[in-house]
Amino acid sequence: MQKQDKQELILRISGVNARKCMRCGKCSATCPAYDEMEYHPHQFVYMVESGNIEPLLSSDSIYKCLTCFACVERCPRDVQPAKLIEAVRLAVIREQDKNHMKKGDLPELLDEDLPQQAIVSAFRKYTK
Amino acid sequence: MQKIGVFVCHCGTNIAATVDVKAVAEALKGEPGVVFSTDYQYMCSEAGQNLIKNSIKEYGLTGVVVCSCSPRMHEQTFRKAAQSAGINPYMVEIANIREQCSWIHKDIWSATEKAIILGKAAVAKVQLNAPLTAGESPVVKRALVIGGGIAGIQTALDIAEAGFEVDIVEKQPTIGGKMTQIDKTFPTLDCAACILTPKMVDCAQNEKIKIYSYSEVADVKGFVGNFTVKIKKKARYVDEDKCTGCGICTEKCPVKNVPNEFNMGMDNRRAIYIPFAQAVPKVATIDANYCNMLKNGKCGVCSKFCTVGAIDYKQQDTIVEEKYGAIVVATGFNPIKLDDFDEFAYSQSKDVITSLEFERLTNAAGPTSGTLLRPSDGKHPHTIVFVQCVGSRDTSGCGKTYCSKICCMYTAKHAMLTREKYPDTDVYVFYIDVRTPGKNFDEFYRRAVEEYGVHYIKGMVGKVVPRSDGTLMVQASDLLSNEQLHINADLVVLAAAIEPDKSARSLATMLTASMDTNDFFTEAHPKLRPVESPTAGIFLSGVCQGPKDIPETVSQASAAAAKVIGLLAKDKLTCNPCVAQANELMCNGCSSCEKVCPYGAITYSDKEFRMPDRTTAIRRVASVNEAVCQGCGACTVACPSGAMDLKGFSNSQIMAEVDAICK
Repeated sequence: MQKQDKQELILRISGVNARKCMRCGKCSATCPAYDEMEYHPHQFVYMVESGNIEPLLSSDSIYKCLTCFACVERCPRDVQPAKLIEAVRLAVIREQDKNHMKKGDLPELLDEDLPQQAIVSAFRKYTK
Repeated sequence: MQKIGVFVCHCGTNIAATVDVKAVAEALKGEPGVVFSTDYQYMCSEAGQNLIKNSIKEYGLTGVVVCSCSPRMHEQTFRKAAQSAGINPYMVEIANIREQCSWIHKDIWSATEKAIILGKAAVAKVQLNAPLTAGESPVVKRALVIGGGIAGIQTALDIAEAGFEVDIVEKQPTIGGKMTQIDKTFPTLDCAACILTPKMVDCAQNEKIKIYSYSEVADVKGFVGNFTVKIKKKARYVDEDKCTGCGICTEKCPVKNVPNEFNMGMDNRRAIYIPFAQAVPKVATIDANYCNMLKNGKCGVCSKFCTVGAIDYKQQDTIVEEKYGAIVVATGFNPIKLDDFDEFAYSQSKDVITSLEFERLTNAAGPTSGTLLRPSDGKHPHTIVFVQCVGSRDTSGCGKTYCSKICCMYTAKHAMLTREKYPDTDVYVFYIDVRTPGKNFDEFYRRAVEEYGVHYIKGMVGKVVPRSDGTLMVQASDLLSNEQLHINADLVVLAAAIEPDKSARSLATMLTASMDTNDFFTEAHPKLRPVESPTAGIFLSGVCQGPKDIPETVSQASAAAAKVIGLLAKDKLTCNPCVAQANELMCNGCSSCEKVCPYGAITYSDKEFRMPDRTTAIRRVASVNEAVCQGCGACTVACPSGAMDLKGFSNSQIMAEVDAICK
């Protein structure tokens, strides 16, 4: 896939207009998984906007996002970075045409201290 | 039959790039009455105007159609040109082929077709045009300024300086506005009170200026040069003429727990109060929401202590009616409410404050007498975080979409002053962009960074969490080093967006002045008429028109005053001759027009008429006061018998235009 096609794919899946970003960094400022991520939410937005998708596809960051939507809630320009990250995740899954694990594998991996939202998010990730 | 000349303007490429102007001129040649038709590059230029003038003389034209820009732009220009060539200015019609044609269409063929149709309609209208003569109306040589902040004060002083009487209506008990609450002003750091209070005193002492404090505009009627305004003087329960402002009542009043709005509620005042020491007028006001005497009739302490007997618990709101020639709106602004910004913990922690509250904390007349202390425990803060753009440039719906313009500079000022007074304090400023256009502004901001060591960090604060040890955990981005920062702060200062005062909207309705989606008043032209409202006789001063700092506000205030003076200097105003006219023979006396007229220009009277059978009958018919009529046309629509007509826009003319378009 061409560079531009990948960018269009991410934008289409997410429905996000990355150009609305004014680079304030509030998404990264509010992100609870910031330290876990190689690419931070504001970088996701910038890299998608500039068509630099390849590093995102192969980064672990897409699985570190908790999908807590704090960035979506706080963004003053309504950019919705979490949706972009989700879109990159989906693009990876669709591209590989396989699941990383099966639904049945999930229960034994669950930790009882895991936040509810993370569990829901895990099911969303692995049951596509 | 009129002899009509058609003049098609290229407007450089503005029109000519999308409309085939030559084809338009050619097509209109064949219209009935057209004896001459041509095109020219810039019809509004001197050469273009001469072309019109010469053609009028050469071809003996009785009517002119100019296919050009909007009539708002150059109708006057072409009417004057026609008049100087000897024909009545109202025999000129404009076909707007720029704003309503070339600018909105891309396809040359269809744009040209539309331009021809618009030209035909204008030709059809000119066929029915009649020469009109403009009347005159007198000008009341007195101005009203609504709002007594620095904008209103400056406008009033300048108008008074020119020798005209001017009234200021201020809803607070004192004039002075927001500037009274500010400690120092950027970029020179002179004390706000020191430069403002002399102007307030000038207002009070100037015999041309009358201050209606604690008053509001209740109703506005009339039109440019002749407004009638009702001013509601709210009951302050103190006789303004008797009160000497000694302040003994404000010390003796037993109700001590009223949040003091002058100090942003960070300390308390009494139920009877004088907002601050330099208030103008320096008169006490009783807050009816807190006064025991007014609430349950038990107290009367202030009355006992008042040596001049100024307290009057029975005072009522009064309405004063005044006439004015011009009205200046200077209603100012307020910081937005921060209820929708939970992430900054504004309502959870006393130590998260707005910038205006910070001003009070550093002001000698403030709740801490000018020593910077934390509101929660009165201790010196050692780490202060300033957050910019709180609610500004926000399209998510929580805040305002615009840049509030003043925050970058006042935050630099706060940061600099803090570092100067308390060098042991760590000061962080989180910014998205630092915007410092203005004389000596960028130098000022750089001084805060380079000389005072303020830590400017590119990034936004994500959240502020109050901790059990009384500090505030600030989590923020540093975008340049690509880090997430966690700062233990003692005080967080939020640069809240500013918004127009809430009273502006209802006022705009009263004045029939237009506003934008943010409730800022719209100017007549964003570049060329920035201090006038599109409504004649209404002028704009200060932040009510858009965010601006003090130097800009003062310039605009003086500009508005200049416009007002220009208006008041005239003895008479030329009226618009396009006013309504009743055809008495067709009028059935139903009063429909009288009811819809927003200006009260229509009256009914009984008149004698000769009937077909040679008897005389008395009928009730409408007549229009031409000096009052503004030509809005509401009556012509309301009239069921078609008796009302607007000169210059008669029903037959409009039908002729429609016919020409549909032909």
